[in-house]
Amino acid sequence: MIFQPAALALLLAASLNALLLGGSGVFALHLLRHWNPASGSERQIALERRTYLVSTLVGLSLLLSLPALALFVHNADAMATFFTGAMCAVGSLKANTWGMPALWAMLAGFFLAAAWLVLNHLDSLGWDTPLLRGKYRLLLVLAPLSVVQAGFLWLYYLNLNPEVITSCCGSLFGPAASGVAAEMAALPVAWAMPLFFAGWLLTLAAGGAFLARRRFGRLFGVLAGLHFPLALAAIVAFIAPYIYEQPNHHCPFCLLQREHGYAGWVLYLPLFLGTAAGIGAGLAAAVRADSLADVAPRVAAGLAKVALAALGLFGLAVLLYLRRSHLVL
Amino acid sequence: MRAWIERQRGLVDFAVINLGRRWGRNLGLFLAYTLLVFLLASVVLYGDALRREARLLLADAPELVVQRLTAGRQDVLPAEWRERLSGLRGVHAVEGRLWGYYYDPASAANLTLLVPAAGAPAPGRVLLGAALARVRGLAPGDVLSLRGYDGHPYAFTVAGILARESELASADLMLVHETDFRAFFGMAPGFYTDLAVYVANPREVRRVAEKVLDRLPGTRVIAREEMRRTYEASFNWRQGLLLTLLSTVLLAFVLLAWDKASGLSAEERREIGILKALGWETGDVLRMKLWEGVLVSLCAFLAGYVLAWLHIFYADVPLFTAVLKGWSVLYPRFTLTPEVDAGQLVTLALLTVLPYVAATLVPVWRAATLDPDEVMRE
Repeated sequence: MIFQPAALALLLAASLNALLLGGSGVFALHLLRHWNPASGSERQIALERRTYLVSTLVGLSLLLSLPALALFVHNADAMATFFTGAMCAVGSLKANTWGMPALWAMLAGFFLAAAWLVLNHLDSLGWDTPLLRGKYRLLLVLAPLSVVQAGFLWLYYLNLNPEVITSCCGSLFGPAASGVAAEMAALPVAWAMPLFFAGWLLTLAAGGAFLARRRFGRLFGVLAGLHFPLALAAIVAFIAPYIYEQPNHHCPFCLLQREHGYAGWVLYLPLFLGTAAGIGAGLAAAVRADSLADVAPRVAAGLAKVALAALGLFGLAVLLYLRRSHLVL
Repeated sequence: MRAWIERQRGLVDFAVINLGRRWGRNLGLFLAYTLLVFLLASVVLYGDALRREARLLLADAPELVVQRLTAGRQDVLPAEWRERLSGLRGVHAVEGRLWGYYYDPASAANLTLLVPAAGAPAPGRVLLGAALARVRGLAPGDVLSLRGYDGHPYAFTVAGILARESELASADLMLVHETDFRAFFGMAPGFYTDLAVYVANPREVRRVAEKVLDRLPGTRVIAREEMRRTYEASFNWRQGLLLTLLSTVLLAFVLLAWDKASGLSAEERREIGILKALGWETGDVLRMKLWEGVLVSLCAFLAGYVLAWLHIFYADVPLFTAVLKGWSVLYPRFTLTPEVDAGQLVTLALLTVLPYVAATLVPVWRAATLDPDEVMRE
């Protein structure tokens, strides 16, 4: 199973990522102990030089994480034919205990790396690098996460056994199932739909208010973060059934397939981008540093524009799919 | 945003000029990089195309094939078994199939003789697969003489050659009439090679297979999904094995890239020193160097991918054929259907561009953090 081009590529990418970020994590420990901007010692200069390398490494890691996440899910979907009982990515991911944790670790890695890059960008704009300690503390979370992520991926691919009978998405998101996924699927449309659109509009309104008046920036960041699980729950609860035109089919992974017009990609890409940019805007708006007093709001506004455009696109795509569907729930 | 784009444009311009100035050195790297992408992309493209063909072929196969086993080997089965299965709930139709292998000493190849369910040739006539006709030098109207099970020669008139489009499946195929088949192999009427069972609802296939085994315990039941899975696994395995072997090439390339990126000439070091003395920041030099890497990667990736594409879909895959396709005397000649898949492109990029970027990062950073004062004094 491991002898598969996509699996080999993912393992290579995750291992390199873990190696590079793991090294950066060790450096972060060193930096947090010895960083002293007032000093002109050789160690301080060496530390300053090395920060450039670490920024580039995390940048590469972020650049990598979204395509790797997409490839992981795409490949899980393609592997469904190997497992008896699997119909889509869910079956492959549930074929052993490591698939789902690997997916969650990749998701967390993406959002954390995006937040780190926003902090890093802001930090590089201030003459006294005011966010340095904060961003390196965050790196202390990101680095072990990348190692854990690589570990999960190796465990997942090494332990894939085609003899295993796995469960299809119907049993995970179906009425007979239990757990968070089934709870989300069982949400009544009568209030899941208004709740989702209210959350979406509130997030957009907060973003608009921030752009217009430079207020509620932090709130926008929090709302963009909360909107993400809300949107995922909405996809499972009613958006997916509307796209499939089947009231009992709630799977958020089958959406990625060709039969459903690649609707998943249309929805998830702007959702991920918008959420990452929204959280970044909130972070930038929350920064309190004298040297960033002018710059941080500008960066926050730029990110908020990206977030609004992406989340707006996501909501419009949802509306379009609901309108096009022949299903009435 | 505009200022940012302008800045990047300036850096890209500078990177292009820089690459052009040391074109001899960069050309070597570019060629090695292109070769690497070409090799890996050929394996991935070819394997994917073969898998797609197998999937298309199996789409029309029966859901279940039932074979009789005698002492663990496949044996012919009586026609009455057909009736015993056609009564099963969920079974749409059962067909008795007649096929067999024949070793042809003239072409030193194994031929597959088959009685098609529809469109069989008249008695005494055959339809030949294109590869078989090519090897034996036969055209419609010619006579093909083969030795039957009893040692007597049987003469078949070639009624036609099967379409080249189906050559992947029909290279070694010989379609004959039922009476010819039975006479040639000495198979009594009322027996079949195996049974094809068609199941209307795909979700019931497993259940029907269990029922078949219940009714006919001495049989082997092969599901279409299993065949498909076996094909996929076999192509995956071959692809993965080749990629793993090619990883040594990848490693050599990474070392080359590392070496090229870290071996800065005195002139380059001085240049960086001057740039920094002129006001370039470490970040700018780093970005300019990264742009150089991105440009080389982009060009090499495109060139390698296009070459692999031509190699697979237009040049009949001279490399890797034996490993990926399998080996046989009667090689089918077939054209694969080109298809670009985003997952395939990401896979290739992760396998080639990522190791290159990772290998050059540290040397690039070292170059960018050179101390101008120190360098210019050297």
